[in-house]
Formats: sequence, structure tokens, C-alpha cells
Amino acid sequence: MKKIYPNAAAALDGLLFDGMTIAAGGFGLCGIPELLIAAIRDAGTKDLTIASNNAGVDGFGLGVLLATRQVKKMISSYVGENAEFMRQYLSGELELEFNPQGTLAERLRAGGAGIPGFYTKTGVGTVIAEGKEVKNFNGQDYILETGIVTDISIVKAWKADPSGNLIFRKTARNFNPPAATAGRVCIAEVEEIVPLGSLDPDHIHLPGIYVHRLIQGDHEKRIEQRTVRKREV
Amino acid sequence: MWDRNQIAARAAQELQDGTYVNLGIGIPTLVSNYIPEGVNVTLQSENGMLGMGPFPFEGDEDADLINAGKQTITELPQTAYFDSAQSFAMIRGGKIAMAILGAMEVAENGDLANWMIPGKLVKGMGGAMDLVAGVGRVVVVMDHTSKHGESKVLKSCTLPLTGKAVVNRIITNLGVLDVVPGGLKIVQIADGVTEAELRAATEATIVD
Repeated sequence: MKKIYPNAAAALDGLLFDGMTIAAGGFGLCGIPELLIAAIRDAGTKDLTIASNNAGVDGFGLGVLLATRQVKKMISSYVGENAEFMRQYLSGELELEFNPQGTLAERLRAGGAGIPGFYTKTGVGTVIAEGKEVKNFNGQDYILETGIVTDISIVKAWKADPSGNLIFRKTARNFNPPAATAGRVCIAEVEEIVPLGSLDPDHIHLPGIYVHRLIQGDHEKRIEQRTVRKREV
Repeated sequence: MWDRNQIAARAAQELQDGTYVNLGIGIPTLVSNYIPEGVNVTLQSENGMLGMGPFPFEGDEDADLINAGKQTITELPQTAYFDSAQSFAMIRGGKIAMAILGAMEVAENGDLANWMIPGKLVKGMGGAMDLVAGVGRVVVVMDHTSKHGESKVLKSCTLPLTGKAVVNRIITNLGVLDVVPGGLKIVQIADGVTEAELRAATEATIVD
């Protein structure tokens, strides 16, 4: 099975349709599948439901799909830093489902692991619990959350081999592995595809079974909050 | 009365040697500047890192290395990286000893509100609900009163909750209070503050 595609548009060919669901990796602008997002923008696919921790910023990350009004609904934990998002949300054009960050990560992991639901104490006694089943285990209340399975997932990794084995770099791993597993088809973009046998099998972060299509490309990797300290003289 | 840095320095006294700790955004971030000598704590960043180091030197910023506030940071010799599901597994699983978080309101039963003001811009709860539900001990750092002088240490919260009965200790510009059965107990009063002033600024029930 050949997994390597020449570019993002080719890797998405035949997979996109209006009203589809997408799981996207990344935290803020760190480790986001920027090439695949741009290709979805170019394809013009509409009414998307996207599960992603954040919604990008104006003009970058998932913000580009908001600017083109391709998104119907976001499932996210934090959506600050995005004026267009707020405008569309407050005017009722965009649906938003807030999930606690760990609940969102676990919903994606569970969906990918064939687990339709799980109980968590996160959100008990808050608006997050409204309408959800509550079950008591050993004197503690937990709420039922459901696994997420999406039509596709789009993720960003550092290196891949041609079999789709992925390695991530530093905190750019974040939501990428759980998002990858949640998609019926996962498309991964990486900075470098290395020859088979050149990744240590003991150091694979995400086995290639979860990755169906693969592209290599240049990434802008924008920094959201540049914070530094002065060198001591 | 304590300023932001003095609140952070007082909160740093809560840190136990050899533990894993999560610091929130704002005053909690300043706590890392005041970790007492001889106390070794490993800072967790919920976007997928244990062993968070200081900000990088100019020119050393790495787009792949940020904290939960999306700021560029550095790694340490003991650093480990992992994905978000693993990160919240260790939070939910009670492996993180303590979280130090900011608050908009806190109540005498330990209820915490720090993520949403109805009718105002809603940015989301991020990882706050998971942290307060999962970590061993929750310490809140905050101003005792609003800009208008109204108490933010209340009988019950007016804002949507982040967690119910989750706060253990409250550190404010006026002092330190513990959540105990029946209300709050004064642990310490800030320099230059009288007990009468602390009580007057507190709507919550104070028990002796």
C-alpha cells in the first residue's frame, strides 16, 4: 500500500465532502497541519464540523477556514485570540461546543480506540454536565462523555517513514496522536519522510496503522507568543 | 497587603519537594520565580510536557516548544514530552500533586469559578476543569475583592463553575484561607492587613 502523496491536495482527493467531520491536531499554532488546512480552504468544502483544541488565529491555522466561512461547528476547549471566530459565534453563524481540554483529548482517544463512552469527574456540577448521565463510583460522581469518530483526521508530525510511522517533536505532539486515531482516514503532513528502516522502531510515537496518507512539505511554524529572557553579559 | 509578586511568593511556599505541579496562567506563572531553595518540583504543562524550563534566550525560541499559555519555553535535563491524552490521564489520574490557579470567584465550600462571565466574551475553559477535578490539591491565587471593592470570596459563586468543592486553599492580597467544614479558616493575614479588614472583605463564612 502506497501512502505517500505528492502534495496536500492530492492527499485529500476523494475524501472531502460538504458537512463532513474533521479531527485536527495542534495546540494553539504549535503542531498544526497547516498544509492540509490550506488545501481544505482551496477545495472550498463547506459546513465542516471540526474537533480541535483551538481554532487558530485570524489568518493562520484553522482561522483560514473561519475566514472563508467553511466551518459550521467547532468542538474546542479554548478559542480566544481569534476575532473572526468571535464575530461569527456571537452573530450565530458558527456553532461552538466547549469541551474541557482533557475531555476532548480523551474523547478523541476513546473514539480511535473503539470506546463509545467513558465516565470522568471533569465538569461534574458545572454546565458541562448538563444533560449528561451521572454515575456514582465509590462515592464519587462521574459524567458520561462520548468518544469522537470523524470522517477524516488531519495531523502534523516531524518525521515519518513510508509506512506511516510517525515521530513528533517536543510539544508539537499535543493533540496530534489522539486526533489521528479518531479519523476513519488519517492524513499526516510531516517535515521529512525518511527511508524505511531509519526510524528506531522503539522510538515510534504513532504506529503507521493509524496513518493512511502522508505528505512532506515546508512548514511556516508560526510562534503565537514569543517570550524570551535576556542573556547575562 | 500583598502585591502580585508577594502573592506568588506566598503560593510558592505551598510547593512540596519532589512533587509534580501544574501552574496556571497569570499570577500562578510567577510562582516559578519563588520556588524555595532545596525544594525540587517538576512543572507540568498540560499541552504535553513535564519538566518545564525558563523562557529561552533571545534567538533560541523554538516554535515546537511552548507552554499551555502558548509562550515559548525551554526544556530541562529531566524533561519528558507526551500527547494531550496522556497529559490529561496523569492529571485526571491524580498523579499531579497540586495545581495553582487563578480565580474570578471562590466559595466557602470550595466551589471555583474562573472560566466564564455570561454575556461577556467566552474563550473557553481550556484544561482548568480537568485540573481542578483531577489534581491532589488545588490552591487558588487571586485578588480578594473586585475593582469595585466587592468580595470575590463568597458564600456561593455567582458565575458558572469550573469545579464544585474543589479548592483547598485560597491565597489573596489580604491573606491565606483554607476551605474547611462549615466555611473558611484564616491561616495567615498579609502584612499590613488587620483581621477586621480581612473579615470585612470576605463574604464567605469564616470559622474559627
